[in-house]
Amino acid sequence: MSTFPIAIPRPVHPTGLWNWITTIDHKKIGILYGVTAFIMFISGGIEATLMRVQLAQPELDIVSAAVYNQLFTMHGTTMIFLAIMPLGAAFFNFVIPLQIGARDVAFPRLNAFSYWTFLAGAVMLKLSWIGGATDAGWFGYAPLTSIDQNPGKGIDFWIISLQVLGVASLAASFNFIVTIINMRAPGMTMMRLPLFTWMSFITAILLILAFPVITVALIELTFDRYFDFNFFNVARGGSVVLWQHLFWVFGHPEVYILILPAMGIVSEVLPVFSKKPLFGYTTVVLAGAIIAVMGWMVWSHHMFTVGLGPVANAVFTITTMLIAVPTGIKVFNWIGTIWGGSIKINTPMAFALGFIAMFLIGGISGVMHAVSASDAQQQDTYFIPAHIHYVLFGGAIMALTSGIYYWFPKFSGRMYDEKMGMAHFWLMMIGQNVTFFPMHFVGLDGMPRRIYTYAEGMGWDLWNLVATLGVFILIAGFAIFILNMVKSWKSGPEAPGDPWDGRTLEWSIPSPPPEYNFKEIPVVRSLDDWWNTKQGGNVKEVPVAGGSGDEGHNIHLPQPSYWPLVTALGLFIAAYGVVFNQLFIPWAISIIGTFIGFVGVYAWSLEPVNDPDEDSAH
Amino acid sequence: MAQEHIATADHGEHEATTTGLNHRKMLMWAFLGSDCMFFGSLIATYLVYQGKSLSGPLPIDVFDIPVTSVSTFVLLMSSMSMVLAYSALNRGNMKAFRIWMVSTAIMGSTFIGFQIYEFSSFSTHHIHFECSEVAEKIEHGEYVKAGHNHFYQKECLDQNGILKADHHVDEEYGLKPQTNLFGTTFFTLTGFHGAHVTLGVVWLLSIFFLSFKKGVITREKNLDVDLAALYWHFVDVVWIVIFTVVYLFGVFEGF
Ligand SMILES: [Cu+2]
Repeated sequence: MSTFPIAIPRPVHPTGLWNWITTIDHKKIGILYGVTAFIMFISGGIEATLMRVQLAQPELDIVSAAVYNQLFTMHGTTMIFLAIMPLGAAFFNFVIPLQIGARDVAFPRLNAFSYWTFLAGAVMLKLSWIGGATDAGWFGYAPLTSIDQNPGKGIDFWIISLQVLGVASLAASFNFIVTIINMRAPGMTMMRLPLFTWMSFITAILLILAFPVITVALIELTFDRYFDFNFFNVARGGSVVLWQHLFWVFGHPEVYILILPAMGIVSEVLPVFSKKPLFGYTTVVLAGAIIAVMGWMVWSHHMFTVGLGPVANAVFTITTMLIAVPTGIKVFNWIGTIWGGSIKINTPMAFALGFIAMFLIGGISGVMHAVSASDAQQQDTYFIPAHIHYVLFGGAIMALTSGIYYWFPKFSGRMYDEKMGMAHFWLMMIGQNVTFFPMHFVGLDGMPRRIYTYAEGMGWDLWNLVATLGVFILIAGFAIFILNMVKSWKSGPEAPGDPWDGRTLEWSIPSPPPEYNFKEIPVVRSLDDWWNTKQGGNVKEVPVAGGSGDEGHNIHLPQPSYWPLVTALGLFIAAYGVVFNQLFIPWAISIIGTFIGFVGVYAWSLEPVNDPDEDSAH
Repeated sequence: MAQEHIATADHGEHEATTTGLNHRKMLMWAFLGSDCMFFGSLIATYLVYQGKSLSGPLPIDVFDIPVTSVSTFVLLMSSMSMVLAYSALNRGNMKAFRIWMVSTAIMGSTFIGFQIYEFSSFSTHHIHFECSEVAEKIEHGEYVKAGHNHFYQKECLDQNGILKADHHVDEEYGLKPQTNLFGTTFFTLTGFHGAHVTLGVVWLLSIFFLSFKKGVITREKNLDVDLAALYWHFVDVVWIVIFTVVYLFGVFEGF
């Protein structure tokens, strides 16, 4: 095997911090993703709280109009790109290899690279608060982002960090597509895949097809800003509507990228705590696939008031209403699953049930503005934030929280505190409805979104105050959540391998899983294989592959590596160099960063996955 | 590209996968699917803005189809030599493999050379003609290029619309990305394609040089070449689309 010309010894059995920095273990990367995303979620929550405090009463002056613009833009971008998407990625990482009976993902080092790149993008976006963050809204409509309208660095930070995050998401999605197709245990056919894995698979496919569209849109915007190109320059014939099309061709599949993993989690949790198989497994999978296809045909429902004409509006009204059908099917399947089951209500189950209720409300308000005529009234009012928060907070965040509790014993090896969990659930359930439901009222009453204050006597005072109070209920809920997590992770009672009497393969191994996951690669004979095995329906076969039963000493795991981190660091430096391209020598920082990145890629591709010398066995 | 193997007990170059398809090969297919959307969006932008430029030059003014046909031909031939390189490797003929590999890279570089020439000639494009020639064309109802017409109206006619005899036009009429929508979309689209080709050339040359090291590229370990070939063919196919949509459709009247 060839090695990289620079003699840097490979990290061998690193400990402490280095262990985390050089890790390529999917479980550790999953935890890194989860913790980072949760910190980002808190930062987005602080931004939201500041906005709500500003709006608590008419004509307050707690934050200025300019800061307010930055707050809502950063809040949206943070929650979508730095919180919900990476929280999904945390679960992909931790759960999928365990569910399909694999020892790692297909490309462990690429996986580490995805995480470090995500971290680079997240840090970059958040640091843009120094000196003024982006303020053009999370969908950055042209020409608000043009250099004439918005000469500050905020927009540049937004563009470039989204590009960095895009690299991270794309790399992760390629990895998971290959992992799910190619690393299933023997007998794990596609139609025996657990639902969470299925939904993640669809999410990854959507992502690799949708993200390049926004990549192109952002490149065009970059060229307009940096080099005076004409893409969105109306004075030279450019069209600002092109940005909207490109953004929403990405943006609508993106909402399914956010919600499909959540749906997958709920489809795991409900059967386990109802002691019944998922009702209509095939239908749920198919509904997910239909959503993935139809998600491409509805983007213009974000643009009903742009003036695309009655034909376009009618077509997109119909497709948007149609796409509610597969989602509705799923809701019926979930209800069918719990119907007649022996239901056990604990924290993950409560959150999953809460998800159904909240997501249903968000879905219904969504169908309301699917009608273009009614959307003309609702466009840019508080009705839209009300809808999106029922879908993304009541939907995605509820389900992801359910997943955190559900898999907590698996990734920490300890049990969480059930009482605190339920307290978190009720505070969150009440808090979100108090916060977001009044937005429907003020929205229909004509209160525009994204205003930093409003005049007295508009009739919006009461409900704005109520919404602001709701935020503090949510904060209390999440305080309990953090307390619960920290305390239980440190000193909770030890968790058995299968605390929930689970159905899928991750529950067939100890908690937390050993580094190699499965001592013997399982042979899968049916859907919900682990459940059937426990019921005595499946006779466990002698496994075909894996270690020889000597506690995994013979199992070759990919070894830690520096290069994913070096590559991500190069990308980070290059990205900063693009924003500050006139610092020192023009573009020099970018070139240095790109060079470091290339060194990383070369060293990485020449580094063998396993150094033969380091192997103890064989 | 990352060189990864799954970590099962039966590791090795040809590891067992569920589908029998190699991980990296599948990764490459997924990447190319994603890249399709990337170019799709750039081409869509080009088409949306086609004919929307507020000023010249337009495709008809600057394109030189014969020249671009030559570079297109070279790129297509490079795909063929890539196929020959791969098949030489599979026959274990390392010498032929290296020759075809380096010629693929040379043809790719040639294409880039053409593109650089094209970009610079477009940006310094000049228009010169005798006013009487264009007047004659107009009289006979023949097609006059937009740029020629522009300067004819501006310089060949006096205030009363009478043709200035013996006058000739020699004007700079360069196309830069900033000039108009055509320049913006054209340079972005073809520029990103050129970047893809350049990356491909670097990749091909890396393999070429690595092949001199013993045991890195062999008949059995042909995956690196296979992947590079896949990428190379893809970049080629994208060019065929660009050449058709941008260049050939671009010189039809009225576009
Ligand atoms: Cu949408």
